[in-house]
Amino acid sequence: MSKVLHLVNKSPSERNALDSCLRLAQAGHSVLLIEDGVYGALVNTTTAGNIAQRIKEIKFYVLGPDVDARGLGEMPLIEGMGIVDYEGFVDLVTEHHLTQSWL
Amino acid sequence: MKFGILINEGPFTHQASDTAYRFAVAALVKGHEIMRVFFYNDGVNNANRLSEPQSDDRNLVSLWSELGNKHGIDLVVCVAAALRRGIKDEILADGFRISGLGQLVEAGIEADRMVVFGD
Amino acid sequence: MEPWEEHEPEVVKRFMYVNRRPPHGTIYALECLEVVLIAAAFDQDVSMVFLDDGVFQLKRGQDTAAIGMKNFSRTYGALDDYDVEKIYVEKESLEARGLTADDLVIPVEVLTTAALREVMAQQDVVISS
Repeated sequence: MSKVLHLVNKSPSERNALDSCLRLAQAGHSVLLIEDGVYGALVNTTTAGNIAQRIKEIKFYVLGPDVDARGLGEMPLIEGMGIVDYEGFVDLVTEHHLTQSWL
Repeated sequence: MKFGILINEGPFTHQASDTAYRFAVAALVKGHEIMRVFFYNDGVNNANRLSEPQSDDRNLVSLWSELGNKHGIDLVVCVAAALRRGIKDEILADGFRISGLGQLVEAGIEADRMVVFGD
Repeated sequence: MEPWEEHEPEVVKRFMYVNRRPPHGTIYALECLEVVLIAAAFDQDVSMVFLDDGVFQLKRGQDTAAIGMKNFSRTYGALDDYDVEKIYVEKESLEARGLTADDLVIPVEVLTTAALREVMAQQDVVISS
């Protein structure tokens, strides 16, 4: 089975990138939230449910340096969300056969 | 593994080029090859050697130049996108070259993984 | 000899160019079209997909005269001449915007979300702009 890594770099309250990504992503794929996309990892937001709903079939990650840069390091993230650094980002790209950026 | 990178934004308005740079460094640390970085849309502004960020800010133009020279990375600026934005050979930073869109497609063909950074 | 002719012809990858933004407000739609017209010259499997506001790129009847910008919506008609035949539009994106395939400048293949999901996951390279 083909494995796709989806990159989302926009806040879910600013753009529909995460929504569209989740609409087109298949079970078994992964989603990495980077840049302003990391706001999507926060709990208690109006958009958190969209990720929570899919977290059993899609693996979600956030880019840690982007979380810390935005003062979110101490805030709770959606349960089951993995945290990676840039080297972890590289590993995710190599582990999936295709990377799709939701620009 | 062989990576190709596409950057669609310039060095200041968006974080895209910063993220791409950190990704490229991490890939090299892990022993991968960056076969080409292709600069498109406003991404061509990453090659402007006249850019002068404030002294306490990072300088992505020189960071890319240095990384490209150190690791022999092919830094390609799209000619059509560059001409529109006044990026020409005369102001091209060290290590960059201007070429056609075919270089992007070729990177997609030759690289094991293509990663796009943009807005 | 052109640079792309050096490649072994059997290396055929599936390239998908994804458009999610409307035209004119930003340059992405135009510059993506420019990439696809070049990409068509390589012997690869090329497709273009329009979803979300990207479907507005194909809206019939665009008249840019008064904004002074290039009306490149006519150029989509040339894709066929370049042998770019896989042009997909997401059905749900059209419907959400009150459009049908009849509102578009070129004939397209309208795919449901479920069908598009399959096509997207089968690509080797996805270029978004």
